[in-house]
Amino acid sequence: MSLEQFTDRNVQQHYFKVDIEDYPETGWDRFKQVVKRGLSGELFVGLWVVMREMIKFDIHTVQYPKEKLPIGPRYRAVHEMQRLFESGTERCIGCGLCEKICISDCIRMDTRIDENSRKAVTEYTINLGRCIFCGYCAEVCPELAIVHGPRYENTSEQREHFILFEDMLTPIDMAIKGEQKEYPGFGAVTPNEDARVKKTPLAY
Amino acid sequence: MDTAFIIETLVKIVVVLLVFSALAGFGTYFERKVLAFMQRRLGPMHVGPYGLLQIAADGIKLFTKEDIVPSGVVGPIFKIAPVITAATAFMAAAAIPFLPEFTLFGYTVHPIIADVNIGILYILGVMAIGLYGPLLGGMASNNKWSLISAARGAAIFISYEVVTGLALLVPLMIIGSLSLLDFNEYQAANGWMAFAHPMGFISFILFWIAAFAETGRTPFHLVANDHEIIDGFGTEYSGMRWGLFFIGEYANMFFISFVMAIVFLGGYGDGTVMGALGLLLKVAFFFFFFLWTRAAWPDVRPDQLMWLCWKVLMPLAVINVVVTGIVMMF
Repeated sequence: MSLEQFTDRNVQQHYFKVDIEDYPETGWDRFKQVVKRGLSGELFVGLWVVMREMIKFDIHTVQYPKEKLPIGPRYRAVHEMQRLFESGTERCIGCGLCEKICISDCIRMDTRIDENSRKAVTEYTINLGRCIFCGYCAEVCPELAIVHGPRYENTSEQREHFILFEDMLTPIDMAIKGEQKEYPGFGAVTPNEDARVKKTPLAY
Repeated sequence: MDTAFIIETLVKIVVVLLVFSALAGFGTYFERKVLAFMQRRLGPMHVGPYGLLQIAADGIKLFTKEDIVPSGVVGPIFKIAPVITAATAFMAAAAIPFLPEFTLFGYTVHPIIADVNIGILYILGVMAIGLYGPLLGGMASNNKWSLISAARGAAIFISYEVVTGLALLVPLMIIGSLSLLDFNEYQAANGWMAFAHPMGFISFILFWIAAFAETGRTPFHLVANDHEIIDGFGTEYSGMRWGLFFIGEYANMFFISFVMAIVFLGGYGDGTVMGALGLLLKVAFFFFFFLWTRAAWPDVRPDQLMWLCWKVLMPLAVINVVVTGIVMMF
C-alpha cells in the first residue's frame, strides 16, 4: 500500500448508491408500480423460496433438552470440584484463595483442622445467583480443584441448588472409574504429559 | 317432509359440525408444521409422536382455561361475538356440496345439507354476517386495540365483499344459476370455469385475492394483526371463546376453499370417486396456499389494502363483468 492510499481519509471512496427508483408521484405512477411489482413475479419468487426450503427439509432446530450443542472446552459455566486421580480425595485444600479473589462475593468457605492435622473444608457454597462467571476462582486455584464445567443450565426449582460443595464435587464412583474430565485450561495437565516429563536423574 | 329426510339432514349437520371443528384443530397443527418447515424449524414436537397430540393438548387447554370476561366490557355482546363467528362459518356450510352424491347401504346420500336454489348467494350472505363476530367482539372489548381491529375488520370485510360479489358475478352470468350443484354440472360438461373463459380466470384470481381478506389471512391479516394491534379483536378473549374465533376462522378457510374449488376449478367433476378425491385435493391445495402465503408474504398496510381493493380489484372486477356481459350478448 502506497502512502498516498494510506493517507486518503475519504472512507466513502468505495461506496456506491443503491439503485432506488423514484417515489411515485401521481396516482398513475403508483398504479404502474403496483402492476409492476404485482406482476413481476417477486411474489412468486417468495413463494418458491419458502417451498424450496420446505422441500429441502434442512432443519436447523436443536431440540434443546434432548440435544445440546457442543460447547467450547474452556467455556466457563457452573463450577465443578475435582478429585485427585490416585486417591479419589477432593483436591481442595481449603486455602481460601477463591473466596478472597471472588469479585462478586459469592463464594463462602469454612475450614477446620481435621484429625490428621490437615485443613479440611467443612462448608463450601457458591451463590450462582450472584456469580458472574469471571473465572477468577478457577484461575487462582493452585490445586486445579475448582474449575468451570460445561453445565450451563442455571435454572433450578430450589435455592439450595445454588450451589453446594457436594453438588459440584465429582462423584466418587466417577473419580474411581477415571471419568473425571480434566480442566484443559491454564495450568492443566497437558495431553502428552507422560511423554514430555523426564525422570528426575536420581541415580548418579 | 318425511322422517328420513329430517334424520338425514340432522346427521349431515352433526357430521359437518364435528368434521370441521376437528379440522380446525388439525388445521392449526398443520399450519404450525408447514410454517415451521418453511422456516427451517420443526414446529410442535414434544406432545406425542411428531407433536401429533398437540391438537388434543391445545383442545384441553382451551376447554379448561378460565373464561375471563374482563371488567368494562359490554358483557352480552362480548359473550355472543365468538358464537357469531363460528356459527356463521358453519351456517355457510349448509349450501356447499362437500362430495358428490354416493350410495351407502342402498340409501343415496347427498353430501349437501340444503340444495337451495340461491346457494352461492346464501353462502356469501352468511359469510358476510361473519363480520359481526370481529366487529362486535372488538367493539364490546374495553380495549383500544380491539376497537381499531373492529374498525379495520369492518372496513376490509365490507370492501372485499364487493370484490367477492363482482368476481362471482361472472360465473353466475355464464352459468345462469346460483346453486353450487349447477356450477359443478356446468363445469363437468364445459371444462373448468377458471380455464374455459379468460373472464373466468380473471374472476378466479380476484375471488382468490378477496378470499384472503374475507378469511383475514396473511397478507391481508389486518383484523388481528399481531405486530400492530396485539391480537386485534381477540385480545381480551380467553379459553374457548377465543377458540371459537379460531374454529370460525379455520372453518371459513375450509369453506371458502370449497367454494373456490367448486365455482372455479370444476368441483367434483362427474361425481366419480376420482372426482371426489380431486375436489378434496383442490381444497387441500387452497388451504395449503393460505399457509404458504403466510410463510412467504409480508402483511400490507391498511391503506394499501383498501387502495388495492377500491382502485385495482374493484375496477378490474367491474370491467370483467361488463366484458362478460358483452361477450354473452353476442
